[in-house]
Amino acid sequence: MLDAPAPQTDSRIAALLLHHEIDQFNARYAAALDAQRLTEWTEMFTEDAFYLVTSRENADRSLLIGLIYCEGRGMIRDRAFALEKTAMFAPRYLRHIIGNLIVLGEDPNGDIRAQTNYVVLQVLFDRPDATLHQVGVYHDIFHRTETGLKLRERRCVYDNLLVPNALCLPV
Amino acid sequence: MNDGPPPPHETRHIWPAEGLKRVPDWVYTDAAVYQREVERIFHGRTWNYVALEAELPSPGDFIRSNVGPTPVVVARGPDGAIHVVENRCAHRGVEFCRELAGNTKEFVCPYHQWTYALNGTLRAVPFRRGVAGKGGMPADFDMAAHGLTRLHVTTHRGVVFASYAADMEPLADYLGPEILREFEATFDGRRLTILGHYRHTLPGNWKLYHENLKDPYHATLLHTFLVTFGLLVAGNKSLMLTDATGRHGVMASAKSDATKIAADLRGEMRAYKEGMTLAEPRFMDFIDEFDSPWSVTMATIWPNLIVQREMNTLGIRQIVPTGPHEFIMKWTMFGFEGDDDAMTRHRLRQGNLMGPAGFLGLEDNEAIKFVQDGMQRVPDSEHVVELDPQTPYGTSDTLISEAAIRGMYRHWREVMEL
Repeated sequence: MLDAPAPQTDSRIAALLLHHEIDQFNARYAAALDAQRLTEWTEMFTEDAFYLVTSRENADRSLLIGLIYCEGRGMIRDRAFALEKTAMFAPRYLRHIIGNLIVLGEDPNGDIRAQTNYVVLQVLFDRPDATLHQVGVYHDIFHRTETGLKLRERRCVYDNLLVPNALCLPV
Repeated sequence: MNDGPPPPHETRHIWPAEGLKRVPDWVYTDAAVYQREVERIFHGRTWNYVALEAELPSPGDFIRSNVGPTPVVVARGPDGAIHVVENRCAHRGVEFCRELAGNTKEFVCPYHQWTYALNGTLRAVPFRRGVAGKGGMPADFDMAAHGLTRLHVTTHRGVVFASYAADMEPLADYLGPEILREFEATFDGRRLTILGHYRHTLPGNWKLYHENLKDPYHATLLHTFLVTFGLLVAGNKSLMLTDATGRHGVMASAKSDATKIAADLRGEMRAYKEGMTLAEPRFMDFIDEFDSPWSVTMATIWPNLIVQREMNTLGIRQIVPTGPHEFIMKWTMFGFEGDDDAMTRHRLRQGNLMGPAGFLGLEDNEAIKFVQDGMQRVPDSEHVVELDPQTPYGTSDTLISEAAIRGMYRHWREVMEL
């Protein structure tokens, strides 16, 4: 082992590590939702997080409505609780594929802005095939905490014009 | 196997002997019945919702819309008048308008550049006189006879309706006094602001959506959120209102304190969750902004409009049927000019109740899909709609009633002659 100090100034390595860290975060995010571990999903947000699922039609025109619109982790928890304990919907498998991460930059407070494409495939138990449920972009703000990155904001903007019947689980 | 042609309507479509207490599956699954609905209902003597005026604030603004399955364009002309035309070029049938919304001075078909005014009048045909004395349209080609197909238009309180029928009664008469009163309680004269849209498919027959909102019985059973938070509970002050014809309806309820629900009623409602609490209960608050005894009204305006006033989350739902087994629903969520930021955000938070991801909305969409699944896979049977026999059909003040569904089919059978 060399005793020389690490080259702290190599911004390319720092960028690579950050890119990898967010990629890993997104892989865990996908795994939590694919297994429908919704409590674990809620823990990936900060207390003041904003979570939104909306269409590109709305986002392009700066229309504010969301299919899911959560101000704060309390509302994110309520969403998870309602889906797990009260909502009536058919059982299903979901598969999130997340890729093409772009780290856009850092805010003065250290928060990191990024965007990533996503695809959600869905399997219903009365139909043979997986169908494309959503395709879109996550517009994210990550906040660094003592326990790693958390989402301060995730705006899921989907391209498909029509939602196939119902969006029963988070994106 | 019988390979002969299908029997005619008269022998295939026989209503059950029990009358309105039964609805046969063919009402929801038969392609010929669906075609007849398009002709007699959506293209017949009805006012069809097509737009909110707030979507077309300026001259030249247009949106794509539908009357039944038929694509139309709704546009505001230079004089401010609203026009509804079929989205089909008079020349070769091109669906010329491809944008969801926009602003234009004229419609130009992209194929051969036939050009129309916003009211559908044909303005220009390129090379109409041919080139160098050859070709072109016949000398007697009548521009006036080759405009876009125009529909008749009426508006009320910022809501735009269209009809293929030239002799429609005024909207107020079409709705009847009871439904008009509820319509005007929601559209109370304040100018609307558009908060955004939801669009989804629903793999069920379009009438099932009307029936779901003429079926207060399900609301007390399926929707935990309604029941547990006192929005619509058996025993609440409530009303299932219909107009005299039975085609329109309003499901209305006043919010109550769910903790005061009698123990014997709770036992009947599996959806009631004792002790369920929210981390952010404020999203279920009702800010009383309407001149109405009701905190929730769901109006079903025949044939393609739902007006949602679910406390403070307000929206239009437009039914676009695409066949007997599926329809598209376009939602337009709105608030009012004068809403401050806090009120707008309250509406947006409360929007989590409705839409294709709403705590209530996703359950309705799933339930309607399950009904169609049942009919397609175990076909040729019938539905039982017997609740509340004291009211043969029409308005009922108990939630445990299917009288409004019977009223709707009384009207449907008359129009369909089935």
